[in-house]
Amino acid sequence: MTEESTITIEVDGRALKAAPGAMLIDVCDAAGIHIPRFCYHRKLSLSANCRMCLVEVEKVPRPLPACVTPVNDGMKVTTNSPMAVEAQKGAMEFLLINHPLDCPICDQGGECELQDVALGYGSDASRYAEAKRVVADPDIGPLVATDLTRCIHCTRCVRFGAEIAGIRELGATGRGDHMTIGTYVEHAMGSELAGNVIDLCPVGALTSKPFRFQARAWEMVQRDGIAAHDGVGSNVHYHLRRDQILRVHPKDNEAVNECWLSDRDRFSYQALSAADRLLKPLVKQGGEWRETDWQSALEAAAQGLAQARGDDGNQLGGLLSPSASLEELYLAKKLMRGLGSANLDHRLRQADFRGDPPKVPWLGGPIAELEEQDLVVIIGANPRKDQPLLGHRIRKAAMKGAEVVYFNPLKLDLNYRAAQWVANPRDWVLEVANLAKAAGVRKGVVNKIKVADHHKELFKRLKAADKALVLVGDLAMGHPDYGLLRCLAAQVAEAAGARLGFLTPGANGVGAALLGVTPGEGGLDAQAMLAEPRKGYLLLGIDPGFDLENPAQGLNALMKAECVVALSSFRSPDLETVADVILPLAAAPESAGTFFNIEGTQQGFNGAAPPAGEARPGWKILRVLGNLMNLGGFDFNTPLQVRDEALGMLGDAAPDNGFEPDPALELTLPEAELLRIGELPIYSVDPMVRRAPALQATADAQDAAYLRLNPEDAKRLGFTAGDRITVSQPQARKAVFEARPDPAVPQGAVALCTAIPGSQALAGRFGEVTLEKA
Amino acid sequence: MKAFIDYFRSLFLLELFRGLGVTGRYLFGKKFTLEYPEERAPQSPRFRGLHAQRRYDNGEERCIACKLCEAVCPAQAITIEAEPRADGSRRTTRYDIDLFKCIFCGYCQESCPVDAIVETRIYEYCFLEKGQNVITKDKLLEIGDKHEPQIAADIAAQAKYR
Repeated sequence: MTEESTITIEVDGRALKAAPGAMLIDVCDAAGIHIPRFCYHRKLSLSANCRMCLVEVEKVPRPLPACVTPVNDGMKVTTNSPMAVEAQKGAMEFLLINHPLDCPICDQGGECELQDVALGYGSDASRYAEAKRVVADPDIGPLVATDLTRCIHCTRCVRFGAEIAGIRELGATGRGDHMTIGTYVEHAMGSELAGNVIDLCPVGALTSKPFRFQARAWEMVQRDGIAAHDGVGSNVHYHLRRDQILRVHPKDNEAVNECWLSDRDRFSYQALSAADRLLKPLVKQGGEWRETDWQSALEAAAQGLAQARGDDGNQLGGLLSPSASLEELYLAKKLMRGLGSANLDHRLRQADFRGDPPKVPWLGGPIAELEEQDLVVIIGANPRKDQPLLGHRIRKAAMKGAEVVYFNPLKLDLNYRAAQWVANPRDWVLEVANLAKAAGVRKGVVNKIKVADHHKELFKRLKAADKALVLVGDLAMGHPDYGLLRCLAAQVAEAAGARLGFLTPGANGVGAALLGVTPGEGGLDAQAMLAEPRKGYLLLGIDPGFDLENPAQGLNALMKAECVVALSSFRSPDLETVADVILPLAAAPESAGTFFNIEGTQQGFNGAAPPAGEARPGWKILRVLGNLMNLGGFDFNTPLQVRDEALGMLGDAAPDNGFEPDPALELTLPEAELLRIGELPIYSVDPMVRRAPALQATADAQDAAYLRLNPEDAKRLGFTAGDRITVSQPQARKAVFEARPDPAVPQGAVALCTAIPGSQALAGRFGEVTLEKA
Repeated sequence: MKAFIDYFRSLFLLELFRGLGVTGRYLFGKKFTLEYPEERAPQSPRFRGLHAQRRYDNGEERCIACKLCEAVCPAQAITIEAEPRADGSRRTTRYDIDLFKCIFCGYCQESCPVDAIVETRIYEYCFLEKGQNVITKDKLLEIGDKHEPQIAADIAAQAKYR
């Protein structure tokens, strides 16, 4: 805002500088002058239908709504003149005509915008003696509870649905007294951001279902934290009563999550009190699990690892969750290196480790800049479900006119216009190779293909675009030709002068890469460590049946090991089968730590709640384990000391997507009648999310349980919807899933998610599958 | 002269007899002593004794778990936990009053929007074992059920002053 472009207005006798065309309510908010409002929200379009923000403007004979009144030079506004106050009181009285006086049973009571404003502008008694309106409450899914009688028709939720979530899921139908808010699609709200309507609703018409009736705003204390389920690193407020987290709200941070929060981050707290939460250390003795005290469990772990190690440190392997904190990862790495093992990895769902890896893969730019892109090419990802708030930013770019092109092995359900180039998992790689060939790449796989015109045109647009981005995501990372896909993507980006970005997994994928939680000199990566079984393993924050790329192979290797020490917040059948010692680990909201989010921002947090039972923060467990194994340099007293040492080791290392593309990489995925597509469903990403009942009840989670295949393939194989299908993969046990024909899946492919119940028996995320009726 | 009067008074024990006169008046006058427990002192309808929870005529408990009493309690004697009941209504799963903490101020009764928590006229109770000082929801409802006619009458008597 330059000096010439500002104008001066006067509000309540105060001179305020403003940009021409700015809305009066924004200018007043910036100056700290409060104007009551319900329908106005800074992230949503203006509708001016609540009439609560009426103010008096000089020379205008009637009150004007501040939210849609642009400022003019020399404008004189009074927010508390008799005319304005009378108008506001009138608006308030009309709003209260149909609003029930049921504050005592309303979950919004105590934090209700209507309650607050009614205190200032409402009358003590109503002049309305007629019957109040009553509206039936639709069931709109497991996350949001409705009490539509309380609705004051501000339409924030409707506008949120249309503008932010991109689904017209809540709409206003009827007029006047008959107006109601309902879901267009009768059942659940399908959006991954649906929970935000809870925050948006100024009254108690839309409230949190899992939190229903549990506590009042005044009973809870608020502690800050960082959400631990995706690379966005959303800033959150935990609300606790008696040291128990009862709900999670977003904390404003324009650079990261704006004022939104994905449902995954909002409702995962439920897992903290899951029935299978691990409360005491467990040690396996003679095939039986025994609860024991920390001392004996740690001694058993140290002894077991020492025995498995023998004289060769490389007999040990470490599989660490990419969502573990910097402190945990640092100490785990220090422990493994101290024991002489170079086998360490956090890329647990990556299938292919060929080629030179990017130094520290990251988004390639700030999160906020995603929405300024002109062209985004996304290879093997569904940001809408993988990292919902990144998906939201990309959607914003698309709404501003950016072109978004997806290269995926299956068609995605998107909430904006985008080109989707879908091909089965093998042809998909060739599609990307096509683009690379159009970009002028002449070596390797591209030699065998003939480039099509639309690829040439896309590359031309990519090159011409001012701000272009090539993103490589989770589906690509799980592909057995990830090395090749990554190479092709990098070559395309380089040739086009576009930025390259990786949608890294976990909450701290960038932190893990910065720390070098990767194989050391001669070490084995996550795949090799399980393909060539080690004698001892350290598992940090993972469930081997769900968090490995190839669970069949992984469980097999872990079974054969002499000693498996697992740090886990939860019990699980798979863990209990393969592990020898399970140490109860504090979950992310219960422990202090640091995450580097996908844009490389370092975000520290403190434990918001005490760990459940005897669980302890990971850094404490690893510190004592280090001491018990007589490794030096493990004398830490606070997580800050660990962080300082870890950050000291990082020095000024920064995320860097640079790597040397290897043109010699070959396509290894064989042709087959049916190839599996192992998507990672939104509500299966980590042990916490998998244990949140509300999330598991959503359509997103329920739909992930099906085996989906193209209707043509289904017809050919004689499968109909609802058939029980036995799935077999080479080197894996069989598993049975329910079939669902789905035209989103290309012919020759079977969409069968990873990390869902039943998928533990299966092998890799991509590869040949055979199906038969069970 | 004054010295002479004082001497005269002390000689004839005038002050002693005046004192004995008071004693005598009460000795033969109307008696105030109540023969407790056979006799009881009169109680105001505003008497604040042991708590009770009330029900509606159809047997439905009144309490809706709004937690205003918990919030207003200056001694923090009330502990409430709530969740949706099977029929979807807002109900308490736990409603404890710690009578060691309670100062019988009556704010809980005053804050209650549905007249669910009340203080009754009961003032005779004791705790024989540790832990009995915490009265639970079941106990409160039981007391309410037993004394409902009296509670209802007291509330009716007070209605015009509220």
